[in-house]
Amino acid sequence: MANKKIFATPFIIWILAGTLIPLASIAYYGFTGREGGFTFENITAIFRHDHMQALGLSLLLAFISTAICLLLAFPMAMILRESRFGKQGFLIFVIILPMWMNFLLRTMAWQVLLERKGVINAVITSIGLPAQEMMNTPGAIVLGMVYDFLPFMILPIYNTVLKIDNSLIEAAHDLGAGRATVYSKIILPLSVPGIVSGITMVFIPALTTFVISNMLGGGKINLIGNIIEQEFTVNSNWYLGSGLSLVMMVFIIISMLALQKFDKTGDSNLI
Amino acid sequence: MKKTLGRIYILIIMLFLYLPILTLIVLSFNEAKSMSVWTGFSLHWYAELFQSRLMMGAIVNTFSIAILAALIATIVGTMAVLGMAAMRPRTENVLLGINNIPMLNADIVTGIALMLFFLMVGAPRGYTTVLFSHTVFCIPYVILSVRPRMNKNTNRLFEAALDLGASERYAFRKIVLPELWPGITSGFLLSFTMSVDDFIITYFTRGAGINTISTLIYSEVKIGIRPSLFALSTIIFITALLVLIIVNIRQDRHNKHNMAEVY
Repeated sequence: MANKKIFATPFIIWILAGTLIPLASIAYYGFTGREGGFTFENITAIFRHDHMQALGLSLLLAFISTAICLLLAFPMAMILRESRFGKQGFLIFVIILPMWMNFLLRTMAWQVLLERKGVINAVITSIGLPAQEMMNTPGAIVLGMVYDFLPFMILPIYNTVLKIDNSLIEAAHDLGAGRATVYSKIILPLSVPGIVSGITMVFIPALTTFVISNMLGGGKINLIGNIIEQEFTVNSNWYLGSGLSLVMMVFIIISMLALQKFDKTGDSNLI
Repeated sequence: MKKTLGRIYILIIMLFLYLPILTLIVLSFNEAKSMSVWTGFSLHWYAELFQSRLMMGAIVNTFSIAILAALIATIVGTMAVLGMAAMRPRTENVLLGINNIPMLNADIVTGIALMLFFLMVGAPRGYTTVLFSHTVFCIPYVILSVRPRMNKNTNRLFEAALDLGASERYAFRKIVLPELWPGITSGFLLSFTMSVDDFIITYFTRGAGINTISTLIYSEVKIGIRPSLFALSTIIFITALLVLIIVNIRQDRHNKHNMAEVY
């Protein structure tokens, strides 16, 4: 059955044309100057003030929203674990449902809520308080990120805490461990794989987004994703855009490697 | 005490997840264009939505691309699983590693990479480039769901069938395909939903003339939100709700059926 290998031919063509050559072309453009010739200029352009600022803000906002997602998701996963079977199914359903709605529309919903003439301000002013400027702030972007990505943190953590054997927890209690000890010594270490995949699924999209920052930042707050997107769609400087993408990829790879160190079990808990 | 706290926590998360969606649903029936004042019930934003040629075109594009991309990805991916099973484990691992790249990479990088590729080979960006790009990020999901169905037994049974005089084609249809089928269908469905949901990769690989629902929403939000988008949100939400309910009921039945077999 040696000839069975030929079944993989279309796939090999696909990964060449769809994955490897396109990635190579980012590298090619990233190291090529506008007038041709090899250069590091597009890479070192990350040190330009506005680029550094965008990268720093991206890292900060992605970090904050990942932390908030984790803090919100962990108790939720534990509550889900402890609820009765029928109710559990319903709650999972309720968490998955928003994921099925287009994320642009979900982000738009926050625009509708936060805008100066939006819903929240209408409520605030109707009880006599002054209207607030909530749109176009880093806070609005963080809120959008948490809203869009929270289910991606809850589900993997829920999947791992569900597998924790109840007898382990009971044994720890019997041996005199308090609630805090049970959490820090049993539950938390055993849920690391879920936490790691949850963080991956929130941090990387948050770090690289240009949509949320564009819709809730009003084009005034630039993340690294916005800078790259503009180089491609507005400025048509593919060389610079590719160079900055390469830098961003380095950050993605670093964060993945760092996360993998925590998760020694190696099995993935992506849904 | 602990239980009440848990309930309150669930309630807060639910409100956080659903209040924004609920707001869109309520506003979609509002007569005025205002985002804060209720002036009366009206369906005219729905009428506007359905009369929009752009939106109807985008809906057709979204679903035709999703079906074609899922179909192509399922065929290419399933064939790949069959072909890779005959390879040395080392080669297979290298291929699987490359297969993971589009799943792990940030969408913006995948999108830009494909855009540059199309520019380099001089392919005019449009429907075909979007379709190809969607197959690129769908194939990994197909392989991920089909490959676990392929085990030693599949091959042994296949060989046994051949020894017993079955033609290769017949043995494939009767042994291998039924074994892989659950993986193939879930791979197809996963691809379909990923494709419908995609915005970023479509955004970079589409030409000027073509829109999917996502890219159209993005360009309309940039100009200024119109309540017809609220109507669209309501329709998408209700559709998702119905689909998920149907899937859950079918799964429940399936589980009960299997339980009955066990006992």
